[in-house]
Amino acid sequence: MAVAETAAPKAAAYAAASDAVPTVIADNVNIIYKVTASGGKGTAASAFRRILKRQDRPTIREVHAVKNVSFTAYKGDAIGLIGRNGSGKSTLLRAIAGLLPPASGAIYTGGQPSLLGVNAAMMNDLTGDRNVVLGCLAMGMTLAEIEERYDDIVEFSGIGDFIDLPMSTYSSGMSARLKFAIASAKTHDILLVDEALATGDAEFRVRSEKKIKELRSSAGCVFLVSHSLDVVLDTCNRAIWLDKGVLRMDGDVKEVVDAYNEEATGKR
Amino acid sequence: MSYSRPEPSRLARMSTAAESAKTAELAAMAERYGLSRSSARPSLRTYLIELWGRRQFIVSYARARTYAVYAGARLGSIWQVLTPLLNAGVYYLAFGVLLGTKNGIPNYASFLICGMFVFSYTQRSMTEGSRAISANMSLIRTLHFPRATLPLAYVVNELNQMFLSMAILFLMVGFSTGPNWHWLLLIPALFLQTLFNIGATLVFARLGAFLTDISQLLPFITRTWLYASGIFFSIPAKLEGLHAPGWVIQVLSLNPISAYIDIARRAVLEEHVKNQLPHAWEISIIWAGISLVGGFIYFWRAEDRYGRG
Repeated sequence: MAVAETAAPKAAAYAAASDAVPTVIADNVNIIYKVTASGGKGTAASAFRRILKRQDRPTIREVHAVKNVSFTAYKGDAIGLIGRNGSGKSTLLRAIAGLLPPASGAIYTGGQPSLLGVNAAMMNDLTGDRNVVLGCLAMGMTLAEIEERYDDIVEFSGIGDFIDLPMSTYSSGMSARLKFAIASAKTHDILLVDEALATGDAEFRVRSEKKIKELRSSAGCVFLVSHSLDVVLDTCNRAIWLDKGVLRMDGDVKEVVDAYNEEATGKR
Repeated sequence: MSYSRPEPSRLARMSTAAESAKTAELAAMAERYGLSRSSARPSLRTYLIELWGRRQFIVSYARARTYAVYAGARLGSIWQVLTPLLNAGVYYLAFGVLLGTKNGIPNYASFLICGMFVFSYTQRSMTEGSRAISANMSLIRTLHFPRATLPLAYVVNELNQMFLSMAILFLMVGFSTGPNWHWLLLIPALFLQTLFNIGATLVFARLGAFLTDISQLLPFITRTWLYASGIFFSIPAKLEGLHAPGWVIQVLSLNPISAYIDIARRAVLEEHVKNQLPHAWEISIIWAGISLVGGFIYFWRAEDRYGRG
């Protein structure tokens, strides 16, 4: 916990220096959710016995994924969330997006956050161009706006002729590119990116990093979950390190990544 | 269970005095900069405004879904016409020819098919709607939009199907009796039924989102409803044959489906006068209002919980 203690005043100094408007405030957030774990025999007889004995479903388990996390993000911030697998990074993003209400504490946001995740598919039976139109309509754009932006979106995604094919035929990299292109067509107040850039090729990664910087400058705030520390270093100005749901460190991206690296290599 | 859930109050007690001071400070800062809670449910008014803003999404989504459903079939969208025709054929064969339930109903084929079409409009809206949230989980977790758009799009789909079915019915009746100005009454009849369906679909969409068992149970509910709603037989004629007391028909005519079938039959079938149910129009209007308002409020109250995993 020594790291967290030294990090706290640094984060405060950082916030005061930037002298900006807060866009996301997490106040002592705890997130607990139920998951269906494997277990139980799964036969009709065992299910019936369970009901007779008035037991809870054995396969439902509660996970305390995020513990007492507090931070404040400001306009123009690009924050990288780092940590090992299962440390609560994606869960925290979904809570910021308002898709997973915290069990206690509160998350305040200015404007509507949009979550962009790689495993969040759109409509796979439909062609790419229909997905573009539907996705934009769902985000609240008008048909005229979509017509205006359509070419840019397709251009940016780099899908090319495949846009006429159903999304189920796309490779994971292609659908990630298209989803990122759709989500970034609108200027978001808060954009949450969950590993979406990892599957793209090198050329797309460069383009999307540029796009994230653009979104940042248009007064938005970007959160980025990534296991690639290089991507975090390149695109973010600040980083938050989560360890088993606890906030370990919050501050300048370079310092946090260095500390994280040190621990990762030190343990080995 | 060893991993018991820490109650919010217990967590609050665990936090020190310094932390609670910080909480107040953060909440004040959020207030100062006009930030709102990310998982808060919008007010009903804001929700309806948002929903109206997404009307184009509802229509496009409905269209895309119709396309996706029939994309795999060789005959494609022709199935939209073939399915109700085949359905009507099977029921006519079973109830009209084999079981002989005609008992004196003139133009039995049109009587049966009209009832079948009206019933399946509500039935399909409900069963499909119960999957509206669970089948679109990935879309819900990706983008932010009022969730009621999804069940509404399902109703739009079914309404579109209903128009095709009604065209078939008109062709059938038109061949035997010729067109009639009475047919115009089908417009308010369908309108009222659509309002009812929207409400019912919203209710089942919420139920289906949290109780996945409901989609296993729904076929049995709708089938019972099918046999009780006077689709294969005329309720007044049947009750007369059974010498049932007068209040039975009053109770049976409170069934919303019976009422919607009845007003549709009044519009389409000239000879329906002697078989019609009492107060079908009034009952239709009341059910439409109850269902629409109740369904909306019921669905909206869980808006912040859809998509949680």
